[in-house]
Amino acid sequence: MATAVMTSLDTKSRAASRGMSDIRIRNLFIIPTILFLIVFNIFPLIYSLGYSFTDFRASSNAAARFVGLQNYRELLNDPFIWSNFAITAKYVIVSVTGQVIVGFGTAMLLNRDIPLKGLLTTLLLLPMMLSMAVVGLFWKLLYDPSFGIINYTLGLGSFEWLSNPDVALYAVAITDIWMWSPFVMLLSLAGLSAVPKHLYEAAAIDRAGPFYTFFRITLPLVAPILMIAIIFRTMEAFKTFDLAYILTSQPTTEVISIRLYKMAFQEWQTGRSCALAYIVLIMILAITNIYVKYLNKVKER
Amino acid sequence: MAAVQTRSERALNRVAIAAVLIITLIFLAPIYWITSTAFKPRNLATTIPPTVLFEPELSPFVKLFTKRSQLRGVPTPEEYAAAPWWERMVFDGGEKIVRSGRGEVQPSGYPNRFMNSLFVAITSTVLAVGMGTFTAYGFSRFRVKGEADLLFFILSTRMLPPVVVAIPMFLMYRAVGLNDTHWGLIILYTAFNLSFSVWLMKGFIDEIPKEYEEAALVDGYTRMEAFFKIVIPEAATGIAATAVFCFITAWNEYAFALIMTNRRAQTAPPFIPSQVGSGLPDWTVIAAGTFLFLLPVAIFTFLLRNHLLRGMSFGAIRK
Repeated sequence: MATAVMTSLDTKSRAASRGMSDIRIRNLFIIPTILFLIVFNIFPLIYSLGYSFTDFRASSNAAARFVGLQNYRELLNDPFIWSNFAITAKYVIVSVTGQVIVGFGTAMLLNRDIPLKGLLTTLLLLPMMLSMAVVGLFWKLLYDPSFGIINYTLGLGSFEWLSNPDVALYAVAITDIWMWSPFVMLLSLAGLSAVPKHLYEAAAIDRAGPFYTFFRITLPLVAPILMIAIIFRTMEAFKTFDLAYILTSQPTTEVISIRLYKMAFQEWQTGRSCALAYIVLIMILAITNIYVKYLNKVKER
Repeated sequence: MAAVQTRSERALNRVAIAAVLIITLIFLAPIYWITSTAFKPRNLATTIPPTVLFEPELSPFVKLFTKRSQLRGVPTPEEYAAAPWWERMVFDGGEKIVRSGRGEVQPSGYPNRFMNSLFVAITSTVLAVGMGTFTAYGFSRFRVKGEADLLFFILSTRMLPPVVVAIPMFLMYRAVGLNDTHWGLIILYTAFNLSFSVWLMKGFIDEIPKEYEEAALVDGYTRMEAFFKIVIPEAATGIAATAVFCFITAWNEYAFALIMTNRRAQTAPPFIPSQVGSGLPDWTVIAAGTFLFLLPVAIFTFLLRNHLLRGMSFGAIRK
């Protein structure tokens, strides 16, 4: 590759003499994006950090009054907020577990010699391409107690999915599982197809049973990518707003995003909601960090 | 995997095929149901047992686009002339089909929201993919100080829950008058999609051999010419796949649209649910609105299926 070295030396002198220098082009290409993201992502966060220490209400003209850590203290002592977090945690666990089981299971099935595999995979992707709000809306029709197709198909009579406080959260989770299992499936498929075939051949020669093969070969090798899918889905499920908000208005499905929305845009407690937003943010960062540590451990093995 | 298949393995395979087919059917059933409801006459939408066989009709779509109103009469000639083309089409179509006799036909909110969705999603996609491609090239080809940190910063902007960002954005937008404007949403969606666009495009551009541009530079192209004439065409499929992802995200976004818009610039995702209202909703009309809204995404998914598969696992693996 002697020519490549020569040309790259050559081009440097040329680029400097004609047109813009590489450094200028690099800056021109990168700096606007970074600035844009700072202005529209970092700046708002700093802005709201400021408000989180005040009693500001965006609905009134009263000037913001500095209240120090009062918002945080009150929020952390508020049992209702903790119940919102508990609901969110339950929702995350139920829906992510469901997605991993359904998604990984489907991927295992698809990872065989199956005709029309590409077509089936594409069709399975459709749910995750749709709008959560609109999906929530049409699942409302499917869940309807008197004429919903779900009750009819399962022979459940007039079972109340969305207005029964004990069931509503699971109903939302089922819809989420329907929507996002395909995502887990897709990543699992990518992981499964990367497992070297000779490992299975070796296992077959050793007359290893299917369980041994699965737990000793398949699962450990797919684990890192499955972990990535779990991180993504957990983060997304933690942020859930649209689906739960559209599907039901049960106190038992009031996940933290909905609480935050109500506090900010219905009760207009702007300062307090900024503080809550920060608490949520710190929690997401903490969860992500724990996961990433775990991911690295999985990768090392 | 199976050059030599034993009989039990073949049986197992058959079971797997059956299972996959059943799973696919279950996953597609809700989409089929909403689609078929969009073509039902109203009295068949909520029957028990559910109506499967029926003569499809377009009345839900007509109802979706028109609204008979007691509040406002026929549009005046000036109003008619000033209305955008799609509203005029609705006036014409509505007059003809509804035949109310009194001509009290008005376009419903839907065509307008649909157009808002289209405009906002397309514009923000163009911006996000355009900026993303430049930035990805910058990261891919030049040495950047703290590259890993900058890339992580770019990615981290996508981790925030929309509601968290929405509160300060709402206040800022209100201060500068961007609330309920198309550009307000476009800026937000661009910011939201940009991180994804940079990461995905970097993956695609990394795969284009550097030698291509170097050869062009030797031929006397400037760096910019080489970028536009060599790199962009090579990255075209990657750009298309990234664009579809960004479009779908912007098209489907709900939380920001709910908070930042209410009338003028509202997109379809907050609008369609708001039409359910109280009392007995006309599910056929809602299904028709949903169906039209899902259509572009379904078509894109199908046209770009191979890129989507690659792009999606790509983005996730790199992250």
